[in-house]
Amino acid sequence: MKIHEYQGKEILRKFGVATPRGIPCFSVDEAVKAAQELGGNIWVVKAQIHAGGRGKGGGVKLAKSLDEVRAHASSILGMQLKTHQTGPEGQKVRRLLIEDGADIKKEYYVAALTDRATQKVAMMASSEGGMDIEEVAHKTPEKIIKVFVDPLVGLTDAQAKELADGIGVPAASQAQAIDTFKKLYTCYMETDASLAEINPLILEGNGNIKALDAKFNFDSNALYRQPEIVAYRDLDEEDADEIEASKFDLAYISLDGNIGCLVNGAGLAMATMDTIKLFGAEPANFLDVGGGATTEKVTEAFKIMLKNTKVKGILVNIFGGIMKCDTIAAGVVSAAREVHLSVPLVVRMKGTNEDLGKKILAESGLPIIAADTMAEAATKIVAAVK
Amino acid sequence: MSILINKDTKIITQGITGKTGQFHTEKCIEYANGKNCFVAGVNPKKAGENIFDVPIFATVKEAKAQTGATVSVIYVPPAGAADAIWEACEADLDLAICITEGIPVRDMLVVRNKMKQKEAAGGKKTLLLGPNCPGLITPDEVKIGIMPGHIHKKGRIGVVSRSGTLTYEAVAQLTEIGLGQSSAVGIGGDPINGLKHIDVMRMFNDDPDTDAVIMIGEIGGPDEADAARWCKENMKKPIVGFIAGVTAPAGKRMGHAGALISGGADTADAKLAIMEECGFKITRDPSVMGKLLKAML
Repeated sequence: MKIHEYQGKEILRKFGVATPRGIPCFSVDEAVKAAQELGGNIWVVKAQIHAGGRGKGGGVKLAKSLDEVRAHASSILGMQLKTHQTGPEGQKVRRLLIEDGADIKKEYYVAALTDRATQKVAMMASSEGGMDIEEVAHKTPEKIIKVFVDPLVGLTDAQAKELADGIGVPAASQAQAIDTFKKLYTCYMETDASLAEINPLILEGNGNIKALDAKFNFDSNALYRQPEIVAYRDLDEEDADEIEASKFDLAYISLDGNIGCLVNGAGLAMATMDTIKLFGAEPANFLDVGGGATTEKVTEAFKIMLKNTKVKGILVNIFGGIMKCDTIAAGVVSAAREVHLSVPLVVRMKGTNEDLGKKILAESGLPIIAADTMAEAATKIVAAVK
Repeated sequence: MSILINKDTKIITQGITGKTGQFHTEKCIEYANGKNCFVAGVNPKKAGENIFDVPIFATVKEAKAQTGATVSVIYVPPAGAADAIWEACEADLDLAICITEGIPVRDMLVVRNKMKQKEAAGGKKTLLLGPNCPGLITPDEVKIGIMPGHIHKKGRIGVVSRSGTLTYEAVAQLTEIGLGQSSAVGIGGDPINGLKHIDVMRMFNDDPDTDAVIMIGEIGGPDEADAARWCKENMKKPIVGFIAGVTAPAGKRMGHAGALISGGADTADAKLAIMEECGFKITRDPSVMGKLLKAML
């Protein structure tokens, strides 16, 4: 689960990490009022969407007067902000963050994430803050300093110092940097984050260290014990169909192609999408109905797939294990009837009670195209939509 | 022969009284020698009772002491599953198989590091399979987990995969063309897990009764590439490889918590290229895994 920058900063402050003062706003008037409340003579107007690259897309602007705050807030609020992470249609800006301007002397990068290979928490820091970190990793990997933290021990002073030294924090600010890294680590662990990134982490003219941005991802498996994080969820930032699917315990992700697929199991679902591509078309979605696919779930899955007007055909690929093929076949027939299915449907079934399942499909009177292998199923659906 | 388990393995079921645990324990007992293999269940509140004629104990330690079991299978719900893994480890079992899906990553990080700390201090090493995995099976001997037993056939091909249904797909293809399996192992779809592809490939390489292996992977993480590089230097048996997720977009979690492209090296294309370089027969068509393997024998 992702959250907004201003929410991330709230979390960081709670764990003692310094950030600029800021106020989230939902309207232009609120933005001007927020700037007045903050005082001073320089503010930053920042679009709040769940995607990076906001500055480049024109979603972050500096204001030197209240009139400029009003002007920037008016232009940013409601815009379709396009960044490399939003896709071509962009994301509508519904929230703003008005912040104190900062006196930036140097920009650093720091992040915590789980490292699969070592099964530890990786703390990464770089002297090249404010840039796309993947580009830094690609072009100048030596500028990324990494330490691996044993969760039974925590980030040690020596490790935190290694990071601070490695990115060249001046001696006078070392203690503050080390303290910030340790607090970021604690925050990462205690909130069940899967990514906690500060980019940039700045050194101010007066030597203070502050988090100028905050990006968090959270482990969805742990949300049950993080009610405060769940409260930050912003459904406007999520795909409506994916939200609808999650209500029925369906794992659904919309893609750009025109063949809907309904599969049991995440690995088999990906493999089915790949097979569709291999045989010359593109999948319209990833959809895993999981282990206990009832008629109700299958019907909802069909409804969600068919909401996507690009869908010109559907491929159902089921490996009947504990879940029997005849159960699924009955579900498919009932779902196809209920949604008055008008696009071609290819069904491939394998495993427990395969023959019974095929019989139910054949006797349904529906124009269902049967297939024996994944390759045959893909060939048939690709041919049917062309 | 086989790897990790056989008809003489004695097994404890942690979470035997829950809905999932009951359902699958019954199926496992019905399969091959299961009746003799599944010797104990654990539930502190129901110690002294029986289920499917299997005695229930309060702790894993006690179940082990009373029955001589060396392996456990875990169906405990996510919030308590990491503790259940640790209990199996503290009881010095040989192998713990965690079926549970949805365990918080932080819990897995902590328990994996506790397990490593115990080993480093000279304690007994307990292998972990999973979590979020279908389990493993040695056909006609014993099945531990949630896979459908009847699609398997005893034989000499090893199968290892992160995904459940994709493992069944490979197994069914093999069985259909007359090739049986020595063991089929699901290592699970979570980012922090126990046995990895490389560990299972090592076992298949050392198993005199495995002739060839199908290795199936997914997008996300370095495991398949690590295994491929090891195989290039060490593996004496032919391998067919498939990676799911060529069409998966970056930054989206594809069902499995571990199936998420993060950098550039963990895409399906990148993994397939490394596997091919390392001598695997790779395919982009999952329908032909079995046939390709047969052609290599």
